[in-house]
Amino acid sequence: MVKKIKKTLQEPSGSEEQSPDPEKGNGYWETHKKKKGTLFDVSFFYDWCKACGLCASLCPRKIILNDPLGRPYIEDMDRCSGCRFCVIHCPDFAITVKERFADRRRSTDEE
Amino acid sequence: MREEAEIIRQEYLRHDKKFPHVWCPGCGNGIVMGALLRATHNLKLSKDEIVLASGIGCSGRMPTYIDFNTVHTTHGRSLTFATGIKLANPELSVISVMGDGDATAIGGNHFIHAARRNINITAIIINNSTYGMTGGQYSPTTPYGSKSTTSVYGHVEHAFSIAELAVTAGASFVGRGTVYHASHLDKLIGQAITKRGFSVVEVISNCHVQHGRRNKLGGAVEMMQSFKNNAVTVGKAEKMTTEEMEDKFTIGILADIDKPISTEEYRRINRQAERDADKVVKAKVKNGVKRYEE
Ligand SMILES: Cc1ncc(C[n+]2csc(CCOP(=O)(O)OP(=O)(O)O)c2C)c(N)n1
Ligand code: SF4
Ligand code: SF4
Ligand code: SF4
Repeated sequence: MVKKIKKTLQEPSGSEEQSPDPEKGNGYWETHKKKKGTLFDVSFFYDWCKACGLCASLCPRKIILNDPLGRPYIEDMDRCSGCRFCVIHCPDFAITVKERFADRRRSTDEE
Repeated sequence: MREEAEIIRQEYLRHDKKFPHVWCPGCGNGIVMGALLRATHNLKLSKDEIVLASGIGCSGRMPTYIDFNTVHTTHGRSLTFATGIKLANPELSVISVMGDGDATAIGGNHFIHAARRNINITAIIINNSTYGMTGGQYSPTTPYGSKSTTSVYGHVEHAFSIAELAVTAGASFVGRGTVYHASHLDKLIGQAITKRGFSVVEVISNCHVQHGRRNKLGGAVEMMQSFKNNAVTVGKAEKMTTEEMEDKFTIGILADIDKPISTEEYRRINRQAERDADKVVKAKVKNGVKRYEE
């Protein structure tokens, strides 16, 4: 999948006709069809976060809390539904939501 | 597998520029930037075939941070530079991002005529109802009665609606979204980029620092909530009365029409004129160099 994305990023796609139709919905919140019981990890990149409070107020599950300085944190990570509503509303690109894998394989392709 | 958010952060942002960006905490400009990046990423456009032009204003800072071909031009002239770029190289996807003051005050004439001419570029207009960067003066979209640094007793003029203006001016595609409806915004921007012709996406955004604070609209969170409450989809709005629509605005696609693109017509005519000129020269050569020289 990564390879595929990388390839498409490098390939100039040429004319507009070849481009996929955004109507069909290829936003990533749709491509992440959730399996039941999947758990997610939410990480905040505090160097970029400006403590605006948007993520905490918009999270549908209300699991994002703010510390006294306004910075977000999550206590009950298992309740995250993986909807990524916080990700697309963070003006500072400071949130990453990832599927949690038991074998910690994900640590290999971390930033 | 990398998350899309990670791909965007790692491959589309210019990390040598100062991050976190200059925008105030919670400013909608960052959300629009995210939507634009997701839209181009989902369209699988390469970074080299996109040109992002901007004018001056908070919104004008956007190209600084994105790793496309970018130009940060003068106030209100984003569309004029974009037109030149598109004429010079029609293969490029040219996107122009502007603020409400940038696009409809100082750049208003460029805006309506770009729409009338139907140039194949995409205009994203971030409407935060004020001149954010210069300290909150009123703009052409500041609502009647609103307070600003240049209307401390309440604004006495009336606002116009950017999207409806674009429709009447003749744009091929006109959409309106808000920063609250971020995933909808992705799709709108994607459609606008794919659309052939002049496409406009008006994004209702929050400037809680200059506009919200003066008008007691609350912070970013409260303004975001008000966008959620006041936005009505185009379909629903048709069934609502004018009284019900008061203080509300429509979101969705307001116009989507197909008509000839002037930049392409211009190239076609150019080629035809060249061919005609060739013919004249050939005919003259045939009739004798003497007459050709006359
Ligand atoms: C020719 C010119 N006139 C005036 C200015 C001052 N100026 C800078 S930004 C700005 C307003 C920008 O407002 P807007 O386009 O709404 O963008 P925002 O900051 O709200 O995103 C003005 C008037 C300028 N830079 N150049
Ligand atoms: S939305 Fe982003 S910048 Fe704002 S508090 Fe949350 S993580 Fe921080
Ligand atoms: S992904 Fe959804 S549920 Fe999880 S923290 Fe973000 S907004 Fe909340
Ligand atoms: S002044 Fe307004 S538009 Fe400019 S960065 Fe701050 S909130 Fe955003």
